[in-house]
Formats: sequence, structure tokens, C-alpha cells
Amino acid sequence: MDPTSRAFIENAHAGLANPVLRRALGIAGSGFPARRAEAIARLPEFEALREEGRAIKDHTIAHLDYYLELYEKNVTAAGGMVHWARDAAEARAAVLDICRSVDAKIVTKGKSMVAEEIALNDHLEKNGIVPVETDLGEYIIQLRHEPPSHIIAPAIHLMKEQVEEAFRAAHTELDPARVIAEAPQLCAEARAILRPQFLAADVGITGANFLVAETGSSIIVTNEGNGDLTQTLPKVHIVVASLEKIVPTLEDASTLLRLLARSATGQEFSSYTTMSTGPRRPGDLDGPEQYHVVLVDNGRSAMIGGEFQEMLRCLRCAACLNHCPVYTAIGGHAYGWVYPGPMGAVLTPALIGVGEAGHLPNASSFCGRCESVCPVKIPLPKMMRHWRERQFAERRIAPSYRAGLKYWAWVAQRPALYHALVEIKARLLGWLGKTRGRFRAMPLAGGWTQIRDMPAPEGRSFHALWAERQRAKR
Amino acid sequence: MSARDDVLARIRSGLGRGELTGDAATAAAARIAEHSRNLIPARAAALDPPARLDLFVAMAEAVQTTVTRIIADIDISGEVARYLAAENLPAELRVAPDPSLDSISWSERPLLNIRYGKAEPGDAVSLTPCLAAIAETGTLMLISGEATPTTLNFLPDTHIVLLRASQVVAAYEDGWDLLRQRPGDGPHRLPRTVNFITGPSRTGDIEQKIELGAHGPRRLHVILVDDAKASRRK
Repeated sequence: MDPTSRAFIENAHAGLANPVLRRALGIAGSGFPARRAEAIARLPEFEALREEGRAIKDHTIAHLDYYLELYEKNVTAAGGMVHWARDAAEARAAVLDICRSVDAKIVTKGKSMVAEEIALNDHLEKNGIVPVETDLGEYIIQLRHEPPSHIIAPAIHLMKEQVEEAFRAAHTELDPARVIAEAPQLCAEARAILRPQFLAADVGITGANFLVAETGSSIIVTNEGNGDLTQTLPKVHIVVASLEKIVPTLEDASTLLRLLARSATGQEFSSYTTMSTGPRRPGDLDGPEQYHVVLVDNGRSAMIGGEFQEMLRCLRCAACLNHCPVYTAIGGHAYGWVYPGPMGAVLTPALIGVGEAGHLPNASSFCGRCESVCPVKIPLPKMMRHWRERQFAERRIAPSYRAGLKYWAWVAQRPALYHALVEIKARLLGWLGKTRGRFRAMPLAGGWTQIRDMPAPEGRSFHALWAERQRAKR
Repeated sequence: MSARDDVLARIRSGLGRGELTGDAATAAAARIAEHSRNLIPARAAALDPPARLDLFVAMAEAVQTTVTRIIADIDISGEVARYLAAENLPAELRVAPDPSLDSISWSERPLLNIRYGKAEPGDAVSLTPCLAAIAETGTLMLISGEATPTTLNFLPDTHIVLLRASQVVAAYEDGWDLLRQRPGDGPHRLPRTVNFITGPSRTGDIEQKIELGAHGPRRLHVILVDDAKASRRK
């Protein structure tokens, strides 16, 4: 998809002004964190598992070339085929070639963020192949022709009324007088509509949560069972996965699986965790005849060895989105590309450039909740800071802002001057705001005071009061 | 340069080295060969078999799997008939053509329509064996094969799984060991598909409310044959 991340500020304002989004995010912003907290409280080893998860991913990235080659060898030994793709265009072409080789008309899809990243659906459609999203959330947004707004709950920005509207517009063959006002009716309708598509599909495309080097297997995690129908029924199963999904062994995958569902939805384990190794075996009664893996780089290899390497640990659980005060206020579409929230604020500039996505790492209060809930302890605020430093160094920020930062840095490096200036400012503002006790407008802070009042300082700076207290103690 | 070589070269350049050689390569190969276990939660690992069985049942029921415990194989067909009647389901069943299910006394249930093979689109109910069950999270572990087609686990509205108490293990890692100990079919160490199933199909995609039966089975029922006494004698 074409990014709209440059318009982040306008997008965010639109999100804040959207009443449906506010209601939908209200549900998500309370539900996910509460369920995660309950699941973690039930597992005393969770913190130790986070450390292990981090170590497994760090080890894997440090040996990524080795494990990728071993993985390829084992996929091939099991009768499958690995297709390497440097970028999105090569990945799309590889998928299309496989689809064409079996003259595919209908392709079912399990939810895959990397498929969104490479804009696979548009490419298939342009080439006369019908992609059918089968995850309920993905199906809803496909009908609405919009991108996902969350990496595990793509339609989280919608309420049931919008789903009903989309279904009535798309399922015109059904009785217009039917009642589909509630979630159970909507789920039943989606199930009934999609079942024949599963059976008719020529190719099934899934992502992968993990690729196991030891066995050449791909692992997907779902709750609906759509991924399993997608990869079991058609003649061809294509896995689209990015490089960093690799783990060395089944034991390593198990550790990360213990972290994933709990961090994502607060489940002990998702309903379906499925491991696939090659195509169907001689004598098997079902399963695909061909098994392909499209291994996508698209910017990952360039992150290795740099300040963003740790981002390659990401499991795509969405805990950082669910706990982010910015994401839960503005929603995922504001971020303007595939990956929203704190993980998107770090990953998006790495994949599409900081010129395109420069607003994203700046949309953070640095409260640190994202890092504190990350199952593999990615230092997200630190990496957002790296992007800000890079923007400063590359002169990608407004000259006035840059000048202000320079002035501030100059003063902050001179403590005596800093304290004196702050003390003067505090006293001045305290005197100016004496009568009202607050300011309704401030020069250089119009955006801030537009929606809130600035309380007037009560005369002394924090530093001065603190020093006084310490003296009194002695 | 091929995409493969190019990607590998970029990775190596990022890592600041060439192809992995010498001690580092030996260590990585040994890590794979040993496939050592990482931390396994004490929740299930610390339990004796009867307590582990109870934990499996409690965890499974917490995610809407239904479990009926029976004493002997002779009761299996009766429990299937009882369950279908109690759930108001048709008296028909698609059964995995697996030898482990051969001993079920279907002849005592002449009204049950039994068919064998992979699932067909109209099938309402399936019955399958499983390889193991994981107590830690109430998870069933099923594998594909000539006698255990994967479609039985997903296409029918109702999935019934026959589980023996002696098959209940503590952790996923115990399941992997069972897989590795299997003779394997020809050149393949692993079956095409391994399914870890934890409760019936569900979705929370509409307003975060959990609905069962999104695309896979609406009901998951476990018939648990309590042969634990036999396993304790071992």
C-alpha cells in the first residue's frame, strides 16, 4: 500500500474526531491489557521466559545466515521450495508465478502482515486472480477496501454497525430482510459465505509466526481455524514470511509461543497452533500437493548491525499497541502504513524511510509502557529516540524547532545558567499568573494551551525546592 | 547475483563477518542437534500423572472444550451416542480410519451412521484420535497421516477427540519428543501437519466479543478414557 505517514498529524486529528473509532478503541484499550495482565499473573515464570525469548531471538539474528540456509535445506528435504525475495516486487512476482503455474483463479488468504507490507492483494487482483481474506477482521476490511488498523485485530476500529453495513453491501445475494445486527449473526454469515471459497480456492496463502530451521517447518497461530482451512484444502500452500521469523529449534519455538498468545490476547494458548512441513505425503488423504515459502527481506537485512537490529526480535503480538496511550487515542490508520503503534514507529521508518515516516517516532510521550510489556524486551523508546537523533542530524526537522533544540541543549549543558534561567522564568510566570493562577494562552505553546490551561508556577523552581529540602535534611 | 546470495551477503555484511565457519559453525550445529529445552513452567511439569490429568481437564474446560471421562474402551460408542443426542446433533459420524479406533464397538449402536476417511463438506461430526494432550494449557496434539487426515480437525461443526489418560503429558516439549521418537514415514521425520488445538474455533474480531465457531468447529469434545491406572503400573 502507498503510505500516508507524511500526513500523520492530519490523520491523527481525524482519528481523534471520529466517534466510532473512539468507542471501538475504548473497548480495545481496556480489554487487551486486562486480559494480558490476568494471563501473566497466572504464570510466575513469565518474566524469566521474556529473558529467554530475548536471548533466543538475539542468538538467531547473530546466526541468521546459518539458520536460513539450514531452514532452506530442510524445507527442500521435506519436498517444499524456498523462494528468496530481496524486496516487495520480487516477493509479489514469486507468489504470482506460483499462482499462474497452477492456473489459479481464487486464492484464499490467512492473515499476514508481510502480505500487507508487499501489497499482495492488489497485485493478484491486477493480474486477474481473486484474493479472498478469510480471517474475519481481514475479510471485513477487505470488503471496506481499507488497510488493517491493528496487527492482530485488523478491524478493531469498527463497531458492529459498520460490519453489518459492509456485509449488506457485499452479500447482495442474501435476503435483505435478514437480521444481522449482532456479532453472532455476523460471524455466522461470514462463516457461511467463506466456506465455499475455502473449498473452491486453488491456492492458499498464509503468513508464518515462526519458521523452524531444525525441521524446515512453518508455524501459524490463529483462533478462527481459517489459516488451517486455507493451507489444507487447496492444491498449493504458499507461506509468505520475512527473514526474522526464523528460530533454531522446536524447543525455541515453544518458548516464544508461551510468550506470544499471553502478550497478544491474554490467552494461555491460541486455539490453533499449526506446524506444516512440506506438502502432503504419499498416502495422505488431504493436504496441499505443493508447499512453497516466499522468504522476504524487504529492508530487514539492512537493519542488522545497526541501531535498529533489536527490532528484528519483534513477534508481532501487538502488546505495545494495546498499551500505548497514543495508539489507543488515534487508532492504527493514523500511522499511515502497515505497522502502527510503537513497533510501527520504529519499524516503519526502517522499511520505508525516515523521510516518509518521520512523524511516527515523534508521536510518543516516552511513557515506556511499550517496552515494559514487550515479550522480547525491545527497547522501543530508545529506538524512537535514535530516529529523532537521526532526523536532527539529517536536518529533517523545521529550522525553528532545530534552533530551539540547539538553544535548549546549549543551556542544559550549563547547569548554573540553566538553574538561574529557570528560577527567573518560574518567578516571572508566577508573578504574571498571580491573579488567575493559570494561563489560557502562552507564546510558543499555542498548540498546548488551545485545549488546556497552563497552571501558573508558584514562585520557585523544582531544582531550588529540592536543594532546599536536601539542605534541611542535613 | 541471485536474490538468495544477495540476501545472505547483506546479512553477513551487517553481522560483519563472512560465512559462519570453525567453532561458531560447530556450536550452531550442536545447538540444533541437542535442541535443549528452555525453561518449562512448573505448572504442569511438577505434577504427578493424576494431578496432570486433572490440570489438563481444568485447562481444557476453561477454553470451552467439553470433556467426559469414561472408564473403559467398551463405553466409547455409548458416550459418542450420548453426546450427539445431548447436543441435538445428527446420528452420523466421520471417523478417522486409524487402527487405534478399530476396537470401538459400533455394532452396539446400529442407529449411528459411521463413515471413514477425510472430511467432506457436508460432514457434521468427526471423531479422531490424537498423539498427545498437553496439560499446561489444555491442548490436544494431533498429527496428519494416512489414517488421520487434517480436514477432520477443521471442516465439521463438531470435533470429537478420543484421548487416553496415558497420553497426557506436561508440556509441548514432551510432545516434540514423542514426534521425534516416532519411526517416521520414509525420508520424513515429521508428519506434514501438527495441530495443537486448544478449544473450539473462536473470533474476537467484532467488538472484542468472543464468538465460538468462526471457521473451524463450534464444539470440541474430548472423550477421555481413564487408563491412568494402567500407566501408573508401568
